Amino acid sequence: MKLLKFAGLMVAASGLASVAHAADKSPIAMQDIAELSGGGATVGTHWRDGIDLAIRDINKAGGVLGHPLTVVHADTASSAGTARALMLKAIDAKPYVILGPGYSGSVAVTGPMAAKAKIPEIMGGEAEGLTLKGNDYLFRTSFGQQSTMPKVAKFIQDHWKAKSVAVAYVNNDFGKDGKNEVEKDLKALGINVVADLPSEAGQVDFASDVSKIKAAKPDVLFIYDNEEESANMMKELGREGVKIPIMGETTIAGQKVIDLAGKDAEGIYCHVGLTTDADIPAIQKFRKEFVDAYHYVPDHNGMKGWLAVQLVKAVTEKMGKVDQADFAKTLHGMTISAKTDPGILMTVTYSKTGDLSRESFLVHVENGKQKIVQILPPLKN
Amino acid sequence: MANLVNLIITGLATGAIYALVAIGFTLLWQTSQTINFAQGDFVMLPAFFMLPMLHAGVPYWLAILIGVILSMLILGYGYKKLLVDPIRKHGVLPLAIAGMALSIFMQEGVKNYTAEAHVFPALIPNLDFHIFGAVVSAQSIAVVVVALAVVIALQWLLNKTLVGHQMQATAQNSTVARLLGIPVERMVLYTFLINGALVAIASALVSPLIFAKFSTGNIMGMAAFTAAIVGGFNQVRGAIAGGLLLGVVNNIGSAYISAQYRDAIPLLLLILVILFRPQGLMGRAEERTV
Repeated sequence: MKLLKFAGLMVAASGLASVAHAADKSPIAMQDIAELSGGGATVGTHWRDGIDLAIRDINKAGGVLGHPLTVVHADTASSAGTARALMLKAIDAKPYVILGPGYSGSVAVTGPMAAKAKIPEIMGGEAEGLTLKGNDYLFRTSFGQQSTMPKVAKFIQDHWKAKSVAVAYVNNDFGKDGKNEVEKDLKALGINVVADLPSEAGQVDFASDVSKIKAAKPDVLFIYDNEEESANMMKELGREGVKIPIMGETTIAGQKVIDLAGKDAEGIYCHVGLTTDADIPAIQKFRKEFVDAYHYVPDHNGMKGWLAVQLVKAVTEKMGKVDQADFAKTLHGMTISAKTDPGILMTVTYSKTGDLSRESFLVHVENGKQKIVQILPPLKN
Repeated sequence: MANLVNLIITGLATGAIYALVAIGFTLLWQTSQTINFAQGDFVMLPAFFMLPMLHAGVPYWLAILIGVILSMLILGYGYKKLLVDPIRKHGVLPLAIAGMALSIFMQEGVKNYTAEAHVFPALIPNLDFHIFGAVVSAQSIAVVVVALAVVIALQWLLNKTLVGHQMQATAQNSTVARLLGIPVERMVLYTFLINGALVAIASALVSPLIFAKFSTGNIMGMAAFTAAIVGGFNQVRGAIAGGLLLGVVNNIGSAYISAQYRDAIPLLLLILVILFRPQGLMGRAEERTV
């Protein structure tokens, strides 16, 4: 009888152990909130596919500390209001981290909610103000405007010896923040902003913007619009025969914009934080895998989605445990080397505010393609 | 001065496209008391009929022609038979809501096919003209010319042909028209077919300017609806005037008043018209019997 009890206890113990073992290998659940439809559909779909590809690769290699990664994608329809509702739903699901959104306006709404729930949010927004509000749980996947615009202003000064600049920007919080930042940086270098050109998403006619450019006669035009509006602005300049040096930040050198604008995009310069054209083996490997999986070339948003997941892996492995509470604390001030974590593509350092610092690129559009003409060193945090 | 000329010409080009779409609004309203809240998306969709053909190497004119025919069949005949006829008998409001639902359905349908913007070839190559010192693109002039040609053809149809007279009679009083032996239902169908053709032509004209994308209809529908009300919802010539005026006001307003409030300027115009001339600038005041 005693022997039977002992055997029963052993079976129960081994059962519990196997349950515990299974629990150890339980998936790390993430929630993605992205612009999968509406005006930001291109941004969101690239971001989502980057996430899925990273998860596929990491899980194939055994997961993170043995845990497989999972993600649930939710569509904001490019609306901050919908993003807010989805964040409420996501918080209820208690994910390990939240990925996205990509639109700065949506991040501004969702960031405080994730912080209140103490869930790290790794997002794609680039507006300057997002990481200046003391949110300890918010992390970027790309540069904030405070990191990019000084580089843009410096290039405008060095390359064209410009004294005056016209700034075309998308008329929302993201565009206005960028315009204010670049205006400040240009002024600091003694360059005047002589034309202020806000545009609306989906704007049909850019003739009035071009007429203002012609009247102001700036040395350089800086375009900080969404994809279609950037292309439309360049096409209108081409239609009206206006020849002016054009500088941009990330968006206008995207392949989609180059394709849409056609020959009118030739010769533009652009600062790019992330580009799949970079001659860096890890980036080329990522690009090939992405193209093989989805049959299109990813833009920087695809890279951002990929990097968001790789960040989760790197931080969790550094902690040696799946610990949501320590995640944000660990990432603040952390440097992730591309040598030890090749998935991170380029060595990156995170500041106490969730901003990041890494190398960036200056590209020139030639024959309908981006060509990297300069690698810019990381800024100090 | 040169800038002003350019703003007026490009504004007229955009306005001419608004006018084509606005004419569709007025035609449908006059003959069937239908307000098509999917009208903007009716402009978006034909571009996606034409694009695959253009990519397949079909000649430009043929792709446009087939696109117009498909649009007349699907967005004209199909829309009337499958949506308007079954719902219209329940009143204007259910039809308006059905139109909104159709708009969402069309956008989501195209989005599932492709969410990205696509380059659409222009009617003519990019050339510049110099008019009063202004550099004006040939594309803008071509858009105005084509739109005006379509409007003139439509006016000829309505005013100089028997079918046109019958359509006008149907628009003015369908009961009397029926008593006179006019095939009212057929006339109503013709207006839906004409609307299908107009939106397809507008699609071919606007898509090279703002690309072919699932969300194009949002802007076009709103602008054309505003144009139709400003010009006069019950007059074709009102829709033309409203469209042209809206295009020019939008351009001049954003150049000389405020680019930030460019979307608000046409709506201010709309409010002023509603306050001081509710029937629209060229519309006919309608008496209502109680």
